[in-house]
Amino acid sequence: MSRALALAHRLSGIALALFLPAHFYVLSRTLQLDAFLAWTEQPAVKLAEWGLVTLLALHLAGGLRVLALEFLPWRDWHKSLAAAAAGFAVAAGLAFALGAI
Amino acid sequence: MSRRTETLLWVAQRASAAVLAVCVLAHLATIIYAVQSGLTGAEILARTRGNVAWFAFYTVFVLAVAVHAPIGLKAVLAEWLGWRGRARDFALIAFAVLLAGIGMQAVFGVFA
Repeated sequence: MSRALALAHRLSGIALALFLPAHFYVLSRTLQLDAFLAWTEQPAVKLAEWGLVTLLALHLAGGLRVLALEFLPWRDWHKSLAAAAAGFAVAAGLAFALGAI
Repeated sequence: MSRRTETLLWVAQRASAAVLAVCVLAHLATIIYAVQSGLTGAEILARTRGNVAWFAFYTVFVLAVAVHAPIGLKAVLAEWLGWRGRARDFALIAFAVLLAGIGMQAVFGVFA
């Protein structure tokens, strides 16, 4: 679980780094914001948005796990921290999905 | 890359991660709250336009990301693609500048 989460942390980080320039570009074009938001109403885009929110939550939780393991005396908590991180990501993804649908 | 620079980057990565933890939590809460009633340009801009608190928050967020993401990619490029050395470092500095540049453009875009 810890290993899988470390890999998920890295993969989600890569995905977020690739997504960010596009995200910033769209937000900098405020006059075209509504046209872009209309485009995001497509089911495939909604699914991608859900994926991004879940990846963001996963990367956050995975990062907090790394910080906890490095800076707090919690060496024996590997599995619990990994489970908590995965749980948080799923919960955030679900909360987004329930709001967006 | 010198050991001193490596240490500095490690510290910058962890410090930016701590800042981002707070920013991402706030961002996730905002996203989940905002999508409840459907997103519109007017609704986003009503929240951010002229709001100094949001401007300060997103400025910190963008700058922390511009530090954090390239340092994270540095390890990925070295370990998975075997790309090390000056060319990689310059590419990552360019990526940091790109993120900070268009990120701040976005922050100003939704504020002004």
